[in-house]
Amino acid sequence: MAWLAWWHALLRSVIKFMHYRLQTVVVTCSIQLLTLTVFAEDTRLGSLNGVAIGGELKVVKLYGAGGSGLDAYQSGFFISAEGHILTVWSTVLDVDEVVVVTSDGGRFSSTVVGIDPNLELAVLKSEEPPTSYFDLNKAAEGRVGQRVVALSNLYGIATGSEMASVQKGVVMARTSLNARRGAFESIYQGPVLVIDAMTNNPGAAGGALTTLDGALLGMLGKELRDSGANTWLNYAIPVSELKASVEQIMSGKSVGRTQLTRIPADRPVELNTLGVVLIPNILVKTPAFIDLVEPGSKAARAGLRSDDLILFVNSIRVSSQATLAEELKTIDRADEMTLLIQRGKELKEIVISP
Amino acid sequence: MSMRTYYSLLLAVVGCVTFEQLSRAADPVKLDSLVVEAQQQRVDVMRRAASATISIFGLDGGGGGSGVIVTPDGYALTNYHVSSACGDHMRCGLDDGSLVDAVIVGIDATGDVSLIKLLGRDDFPTAPLADSDEVRVGQWCFAAGNPFVLATNLQPSISLGIVSGVNRYQYPAGTLLEYADCIQTDAAVNPGNSGGPLFDLSGQVIGINGRCSFEKRGRVNVGVGYAISANQIKYFMDILRSGRLVDHATLGATVSTDEAAEVLVSNILNGSDAYRRGLRYGDEIVRLADREVKTTNTFKNILGTLPKDWRVPIEIRRNGETQTLLVRLDGVHTEKQLIDAVAAGLGGAPPKPPEGHGQEGGPEQDDSEQDDSEKDDPERDGSDAPLKEGGEKEQAAEGLEGQPDKKLVASMLEARAGFANYYFNRLKREELSGQLQSLGDFTAAGGRWTMSGLLAGETTEVAMDLDVKSASLSVGQRATAIDLDKPLSDIVAARGEGGLLLAMRALQELLRTGPEKMGASTYLGRFPVYASTSTKLREQPRHDVLQTLWYDAQVRFSIDPKTGAPSLIEVFGDVGQDPVEVYLADYQTFRLGDQEMQFPSRLRLQYGMEPMMLIDLKSVSFDSTSRPSGEATE
Repeated sequence: MAWLAWWHALLRSVIKFMHYRLQTVVVTCSIQLLTLTVFAEDTRLGSLNGVAIGGELKVVKLYGAGGSGLDAYQSGFFISAEGHILTVWSTVLDVDEVVVVTSDGGRFSSTVVGIDPNLELAVLKSEEPPTSYFDLNKAAEGRVGQRVVALSNLYGIATGSEMASVQKGVVMARTSLNARRGAFESIYQGPVLVIDAMTNNPGAAGGALTTLDGALLGMLGKELRDSGANTWLNYAIPVSELKASVEQIMSGKSVGRTQLTRIPADRPVELNTLGVVLIPNILVKTPAFIDLVEPGSKAARAGLRSDDLILFVNSIRVSSQATLAEELKTIDRADEMTLLIQRGKELKEIVISP
Repeated sequence: MSMRTYYSLLLAVVGCVTFEQLSRAADPVKLDSLVVEAQQQRVDVMRRAASATISIFGLDGGGGGSGVIVTPDGYALTNYHVSSACGDHMRCGLDDGSLVDAVIVGIDATGDVSLIKLLGRDDFPTAPLADSDEVRVGQWCFAAGNPFVLATNLQPSISLGIVSGVNRYQYPAGTLLEYADCIQTDAAVNPGNSGGPLFDLSGQVIGINGRCSFEKRGRVNVGVGYAISANQIKYFMDILRSGRLVDHATLGATVSTDEAAEVLVSNILNGSDAYRRGLRYGDEIVRLADREVKTTNTFKNILGTLPKDWRVPIEIRRNGETQTLLVRLDGVHTEKQLIDAVAAGLGGAPPKPPEGHGQEGGPEQDDSEQDDSEKDDPERDGSDAPLKEGGEKEQAAEGLEGQPDKKLVASMLEARAGFANYYFNRLKREELSGQLQSLGDFTAAGGRWTMSGLLAGETTEVAMDLDVKSASLSVGQRATAIDLDKPLSDIVAARGEGGLLLAMRALQELLRTGPEKMGASTYLGRFPVYASTSTKLREQPRHDVLQTLWYDAQVRFSIDPKTGAPSLIEVFGDVGQDPVEVYLADYQTFRLGDQEMQFPSRLRLQYGMEPMMLIDLKSVSFDSTSRPSGEATE
């Protein structure tokens, strides 16, 4: 009879769970329907204009490095009265000064305070304090079914004092990110809010996801595809996931790479087997300049040349030959590797199959 | 206990659970009555909006886009890139499942708008146009149309969204097309939605959907659609009714923003009207066409929505002082550029040339088999492209209802260079001729008219004598005369009182012989007439403008559509000269024999913005050959 009791208990819990789910559905339904009451004769009743305008003051357009198929713009938002800006860590930020343009037409430069390679986020600090900002301590938790507003400068539509774009949507799921960029698993695989607003567009990454009350829910993520379905994902990283890291960066501490996301590969990539010789590593931070590419080697076939400067490996910034060596240890020879190199004044993306 | 018992017990439990689940799921959620009412209201608004939304196809069922009916007699708006793909004769599907014929009326290739006319009814359901300057970011909106040509029953699809941005400027995509001051929305707008309306929550049209940002996903909605603003359409609607290929405006000056974020004139053509009105290099532009100019982009946005030939107010600031100039706008393109572009199908070549179209085709559709690069290369990086449905047209509305009435349609299509459909120009001119006749039967008037009166507010006597080849004017002791055998442009260039005689002679000719016999005439559409002291574009009445070539001069008559009476006569001389302007007001009854004739008693002569003379007429004789003086008697 122990069997039966066990089954019974299990089924009970299933029923309980179902009750719970039903209740949540009922609650979310009524919340959604309540928002419908705003539909009345007035053409603008129930307008999200208030949340849009409120959010616009906090959202910024960021301009930095770009070229050869890479966009030179993305979105970000103020997170402190001192002018800290949260955005995604990308090649756009690979300049000395990132240009910040606010929706009231303000234009000033900013510098990168620090980055979190695990969350692929960066915190910038602008010269000017903002008129208004999102307080990470007052952020909201996104619930499934909740209505949301996404603010970003997707496609770089807005310029100068023009307002960034506003999109409406619903939180479709709270789940762990199972995504990839090109052939690679995305670095961040933690919890995300999946939304039905089409935010997976150039320039949208770094934008803000808020509730209809204007409370911050998360930061719009980079352009990624779902690993299973191969579809482009519209998602945001919840504030609860990034708050600790952002605070650490803002307090001046650097955020290291965690074991979780960086596992040394079984068969790491080695430069000499690729046919690449770097310039002699004599400084603490010798740049990863290629001295020589062996003719006929994998590197040569992929299009690498001598004098190329390796800037990024699989979107990870390469600040010196040492970091490059570290990074290569985590890449398996079975995988493709994407290098962003600088050749003269040109940026180039090169894919190698080691 | 046997395994069998376990299973049956298990089944029973599962059954209970399922039952419990079902009974719960069947319990309806008790909704607040406000919610139900609001929902019902939205359903009603959308149903009404859908009734005015149409699907548009070519004769062969190809093409495929959307549109919206704006007048009960069937005038409807769509995108130029939709109408050009369908040809001059279209088939339009209504929400009720009926299919009617439609013909092209006017084309604005630059703004990507076409006006078409649905045939066969005078009680079409319509949608009102909103004031799109009042549209705000974040407000709800919904798109109606026929995305992917899905609706085989012709009922429009509705998609709800919000306004994501206003005053967006989208550069020409390798064509004439320019989307200025458009509305950005996240309401799903897909190929096939082109030309369809974007509504606000009250069911007013705030824009015409026409373009999207596309990128890696191909030609499907990515949450960024653009609609041409309703206000731009309102400016152009009555111009499109002229059946012409209409053009957008340029100022003849460029602007740039300085460090203080002021928008300053950075370059100006000295042959432009703007220059003649006093606009100079370095002037700060504060407002254009009643709207505040904050940035170079807003300047471009506002200018991009204005029609060629319109006069608009520009408020400028110079040395701390503001003043308002009324500037006549020039066109962006030459007439030839427009004809060539439309003939080449720029901005919307048909996915495949409509069959059986050649026989009745208008001028714009010749050689329209230009390849559709956008379609061939759907994943062009970050491209914004017009939303033409080229793919799934095989399921389009074929055989849904009666055959197209080709005979009727052919009678309403008339090809002529520079026109989308000359038929509608003729129609408007006939209408205006009829209106003019309501002023009186001037055919009975003689070849010589005399009139007398006073300078307004003065005691100076004025007398005017209009004969066939000459005219004369005396103001107090001063006398002026003109000879119509000499170049009229010299009279215009002299900027004197002779201009009044010229304009009044033109009016005499218009009333006595009618516009058709006077010279080659064209109906231009409705333009604002600044008859009062107000310089607000919004406050000006828009009058029908009839243009006639008379001797060597171009004469434009503005006619008040309410009264059918001319309100302004403009006589243009050479390029770069201000035209003569004579404003006509206070129509009174004067007599010719036993007939009552309506004629203006107040005349205002003006060049540029400065009135030169104001006359109150006391008597008019329309037959001075037989009765040399005084009012006509019985």
